[in-house]
Amino acid sequence: MLQIMEGSHAVAEAVKLCRPDVIAAYPITPQTHIVERLADMVADGELDSEYICVESEFSALSACLGASAAGSRVYSATSSQGLLLMAEVCFNVAGMRQPVVMSIANRAVGAPLSIWNDQQDSISLRDAGWFQWYAEDAQEISDFHFLAYKVAEDNNVLLPGFICFDGFILSHTYEPVDIPDQESVSAFLPPYHPVIQLDATDPMTMGMYATPDYYMEFRYEIDKAMTQSAIALRKAGSEFKEHFGRDYGELIEEYRLSDADFAFVALGSVCGTIKDAVDEMRKDGKKVGLLKIRSYRPFPAEEIKKALSGIPLVAIIEKNLSIGSRMKGAVGLEVKDAINDSGVCVYSYIIGLGGRDIRKLHIRGVYEEAMKGNGDTFYGLREELL
Amino acid sequence: MTRDDWYRHDRLPHIYCSGCGNGSIINCVLEAVSDIGWNIDETVFISGIGCSSRAPGYIQTDSLHTTHGRAIAFATGVKLANPDLHIVIFTGDGDLGAIGGNHFIHACRRNIDLTVICINNYIYGMTGGQGSPLTPYGKKSTTTPYGACEMPFDLCNLAVAAGANYVSRWTSYHVTELTKAVTAGLLTEGFSFIEVISQCPTSYGRRNSLREVSDQILYLKNNAVLHQRWKRMQEKGEDLSSDQFVVGEFIRQSRPSMGVSR
Repeated sequence: MLQIMEGSHAVAEAVKLCRPDVIAAYPITPQTHIVERLADMVADGELDSEYICVESEFSALSACLGASAAGSRVYSATSSQGLLLMAEVCFNVAGMRQPVVMSIANRAVGAPLSIWNDQQDSISLRDAGWFQWYAEDAQEISDFHFLAYKVAEDNNVLLPGFICFDGFILSHTYEPVDIPDQESVSAFLPPYHPVIQLDATDPMTMGMYATPDYYMEFRYEIDKAMTQSAIALRKAGSEFKEHFGRDYGELIEEYRLSDADFAFVALGSVCGTIKDAVDEMRKDGKKVGLLKIRSYRPFPAEEIKKALSGIPLVAIIEKNLSIGSRMKGAVGLEVKDAINDSGVCVYSYIIGLGGRDIRKLHIRGVYEEAMKGNGDTFYGLREELL
Repeated sequence: MTRDDWYRHDRLPHIYCSGCGNGSIINCVLEAVSDIGWNIDETVFISGIGCSSRAPGYIQTDSLHTTHGRAIAFATGVKLANPDLHIVIFTGDGDLGAIGGNHFIHACRRNIDLTVICINNYIYGMTGGQGSPLTPYGKKSTTTPYGACEMPFDLCNLAVAAGANYVSRWTSYHVTELTKAVTAGLLTEGFSFIEVISQCPTSYGRRNSLREVSDQILYLKNNAVLHQRWKRMQEKGEDLSSDQFVVGEFIRQSRPSMGVSR
């Protein structure tokens, strides 16, 4: 049944249906509404979980790692500085192959301090070994949580994952969302039965030294598991469609691309704005389309190459900055690598950092810049700086 | 220089909620620094993250608005690089008592020459009133909707035990005592810690049967028990009620300290 609800509350409802055993989180804007709602659910007895009010994000994810190692399904949520404080633990969670799921309400990183949205926080943890999916709207955020536990706990995967969504733009706005009932979620996502866990009757140690003779093999295994996670996500996405009607069988989404001669590429909520801009530009006779990347890790290079084949001009809308790189945007680098064709122009546009609004006219502006051959640049800087 | 000369007037009015105690407390601190006669160019205010940590933005000196919980670590660097600077830290119960707790105890242990003003409003105010390690047992917050089930820290006892040279606690009601305590802390060599319990009508008071700002200030007035009286009560075997707390000066000593200008 469709209900109008805040994005954060759609996350909380989805998490509740996933029945985590342990929730540990620390307040940080704009994530906080999620865990406040979960705290209410636990206190009211609607959700049978341990809710730990920890003393920092570092403790939050550490507690989750411990609980997961002990065999529990666990959940946390954070943003920005909080995620960066967790960085050390993020690598540990992936290294110990614990299927932790964490929601990231994407927010800019300081200094200077900013509570507003961009995607620098999660993209900065690109190489931590967590899968990273980016949601366009509240429905996707909610659905991604069911999929995330399903994929993370798959025995061929056993990796943690971020569900990323734009802070405030999605976390604090209200949309109609279909929240399924417990019975159908439980049919799709059975309880977690870990293949390995801490067990006093069969003691084991996790996270011990790996000498130079073995360390590299552990890293190889993580990378292989991440590749496996793409297969698991496609399978789970198709299965999801059978249960709930919405299709997540692909790691990308194509919008009016089949006959396009210009493609935008983007992650997250800005895809909604781009779709509207594409519709308007199509009316003006411009053959433009959008490639939405749902999964940034694993990166669906083959699908992207196929979806963009034959399109000579590609503009990446980047809400991140890879400081010092020639293209400036972290997504563009990999899209260009996926296309791997010097005949195709691939440009990154750094736009909307620190919560600056991205409107349809800006999308049109990016198109015009790309047509003029200006790319791999910031878009929309204040004029006094130029 | 008077107190008002220390304000960064182009940043006012501030963004604090109506009825917030932070303004009174900043006034007391600036009264103290101007009474002592320090200059703007030899004083640095440093803060972490939270409502209390916005204070340096309203003050006309050099300042660092740092990451959550880390103000003391940043301040340690500033002080050791230039011991001639006077350094005052604004922090809160979440910033200092939770995420920055480790830096706090080690600054006490080193007894580094800093003055920390910790505004304790019992919750994380800026993010909307979640429970902190200072939320009193049984009191409500957005993450403890039926009352906190964990015991809170006593930051003053912690500072005394960890070795600070000066420790006191007052409230936003006790402005005269607070100003004197801040002055004493600023003039004490070594680590000085002043906890100020303050009202947060937006996120704490209204959830805990203190609907008006004045209700919360009267609560602070009526439940503050002077340190000396608490000692006499202990001798008679009496205990504090669940709402009462101890105020006053807990220690003033001269353990060897770090970062003192020679």
